[in-house]
Amino acid sequence: MANFKHKDIIALQDLTKQEIELLLSTAESMREINNRDIKKVPTLRGKTIVNLFYESSTRTRTSFELAAKRLSADTVNISPSTSSATKGETLADTALNLLAMKPDIIVMRHSVSGSHYFLSKKLPCSIVNAGDGVHEHPSQGLLDMLTMKDRFGRLDGLKVAIVGDISHSRVARSNIQGLTKLGSQVFLAGPPTMMPPGVERLGNVTVCDSLREAIQDADVVMMLRIQQERQGKTLMPNAREYARYFGLNPENLKLAKPDAMVMHPGPINRGVEMASSVVDGDQSWILKQVENGVAVRMSMLYHVCEGELE
Amino acid sequence: MNLLIQNGRVIDPSQGLDEELDLLVENGLVREMGRGLTAPAGVEIVDAAGCCVVPGLVDMHVHLREPGLEYKEDIESGSRAAVAGGFTSIACMPNTKPVIDNKALARYVIARGREAGLCNVFPVGCLTAGSKGERLAEMGELKEAGCVAVSDDGRPVVNAELMRRALEYARGMQIPVISHAEDLSLVGEGVMNEGFTSTELGLKGIPRVAEDIAIARDVMLAEYTNSPIHIAHVSTSGAVRIIRNAKLRGVRVTCETAPHYFTLTDDAVRGYNTNAKMNPPLREADDVAAIRAGLSDGTIDVIATDHAPHHLDEKDVEFNVAANGIIGLETSLPLSLALVEQGVLTMSQLVERMSCCPSLILGLERGTLAKGAVADITLIDPTLPWVVEADKLASKSTNTPWMGQEMKGAAVATIVAGRVVYRR
Ligand SMILES: [Zn+2]
Repeated sequence: MANFKHKDIIALQDLTKQEIELLLSTAESMREINNRDIKKVPTLRGKTIVNLFYESSTRTRTSFELAAKRLSADTVNISPSTSSATKGETLADTALNLLAMKPDIIVMRHSVSGSHYFLSKKLPCSIVNAGDGVHEHPSQGLLDMLTMKDRFGRLDGLKVAIVGDISHSRVARSNIQGLTKLGSQVFLAGPPTMMPPGVERLGNVTVCDSLREAIQDADVVMMLRIQQERQGKTLMPNAREYARYFGLNPENLKLAKPDAMVMHPGPINRGVEMASSVVDGDQSWILKQVENGVAVRMSMLYHVCEGELE
Repeated sequence: MNLLIQNGRVIDPSQGLDEELDLLVENGLVREMGRGLTAPAGVEIVDAAGCCVVPGLVDMHVHLREPGLEYKEDIESGSRAAVAGGFTSIACMPNTKPVIDNKALARYVIARGREAGLCNVFPVGCLTAGSKGERLAEMGELKEAGCVAVSDDGRPVVNAELMRRALEYARGMQIPVISHAEDLSLVGEGVMNEGFTSTELGLKGIPRVAEDIAIARDVMLAEYTNSPIHIAHVSTSGAVRIIRNAKLRGVRVTCETAPHYFTLTDDAVRGYNTNAKMNPPLREADDVAAIRAGLSDGTIDVIATDHAPHHLDEKDVEFNVAANGIIGLETSLPLSLALVEQGVLTMSQLVERMSCCPSLILGLERGTLAKGAVADITLIDPTLPWVVEADKLASKSTNTPWMGQEMKGAAVATIVAGRVVYRR
């Protein structure tokens, strides 16, 4: 397999088109392992992977853990309490303690954007980002891209609409970085309160005035999660109005291409971001996204260890 | 000690002077200025050939961290950094632990400054008691104890009514008010400038209007109450515009900016560089251009440093939790001299922004080399190259975005009341 030169995977922004393509094609071959009777290969045997999750996320953590186990790595899960994590010293101290365990890879989720770069400078092991603040969530971005590639066989030339709270979405940032590098056209929609300044300069994206405009003739409609406890304060009047103007339902979905795929990084607020009939409808690829998560994460873990393997 | 400073280019805007002259200092005062002065017996001769001889630089916005936070800086180490940077006078903000809101603490700061015996240390007292923004501080007594201004720097006075009364009361006491202007509701949890870079880095942004709105309010209150106000650390194009317009209307408003705001943009934050984290945050290219224009046309009266020392442990953390601020005393002069090289300021305007204007605003009898004035003098070599190195800085802290970088220009001698307190 071709070379992957990075110690860490922190952001798709840091990767070239070729490196992203490599991660995706490796994921495709990893998927074959997941369909075997014995879902395990010795590739990372003897490697220690620490899952360090400052924010709870059963789904992402389990997916990374499964990926590690299928590659025969030993895994440890650490979930420091979020209250102690508000003190800055904690991450630096935790890093030193972790060093004593001699991990090969630390998979981290942290609420502070850029904390992975901070850790990466302190530690010689590989850092894999499982979500940092509102910066990036590269494994989610990759699994979304893999799912689109499954459906269309390519990413080049696709029209992808991303709808919702772009400001607070690391998923959106990773998808924007990855998709535009691989030749997709990205259209964003959401209330202006949720649209970060200068976002159109992130790759080549178009900010639309309405959901209708963004999803018109789209190949992919990606809906983002609305966190009502956060956005409820000043970013929108309430969930009901949000659903009316920015929610995906069978009627407005007709504006997209007839065979458009519908995606959501989960967990879904049914009836807010999407009508239940769309979530469960035949254009929905949401469960396939989850399935692809393990393969993509196997690919990421494999490639950050690769230098030592060959 | 008496001095004869020979062959220097004397630049003193207070007398409209910019020419090669000798300068005789006797008993701590400027005695005489002229060509080819001869030295009376026992006078030390200082050769200033190739140097600018200017009224001692005045930094009206520094944080010395004493009392209470001496692990970051203390009055002595801050004074050493000041004279190394060419400053003969500094005004230190009251947000220490405890805050300087009574005359005993103000006197303590002055006494510690005298003990250090390097530059003049002028305390700024609190504007409101405890800097809590609830009721007025004892401004009369603070002034009597030696405070040269009042400010709640570090936080804004949120209540507009209280700010109005503070301006009126301070006018009566004839003590200037320095406003730290930001609208906290717009700042929210922001940690850097709101713009493309914050979007890309996924960091919460602080919009420029958070500063503009607060400055507009304070300027309007100053206008309404006919009271003077000085706006600290201006960083946005909108702020420059608001202050320029207010000055045209005759509002008694003055303001300062800091070298980082005319030198860096928020690009410096990339890589989550905590030494580029400050409040107000580094802005964008058009703000930098506006700050330079404001300095050039006199809208911005003063270059101050907002010298804000922090321990490494407070900066070597994730960006969100890192302390705000950078040190500035030792890099201010070369960064400001760059403005002269780039044609933004003349050398004489630089001396106005860094000595005359801050003296005038604080009512210090400084910022001039007129006959009989206190001999606070800085000798500047505008071309001297040097590198910012941690172990060579006099400050206790090393939080600067310019670490390891080459600077051009430095103070080669700093003279306070006729005494050479620093020589490079
Ligand atoms: Zn301030």
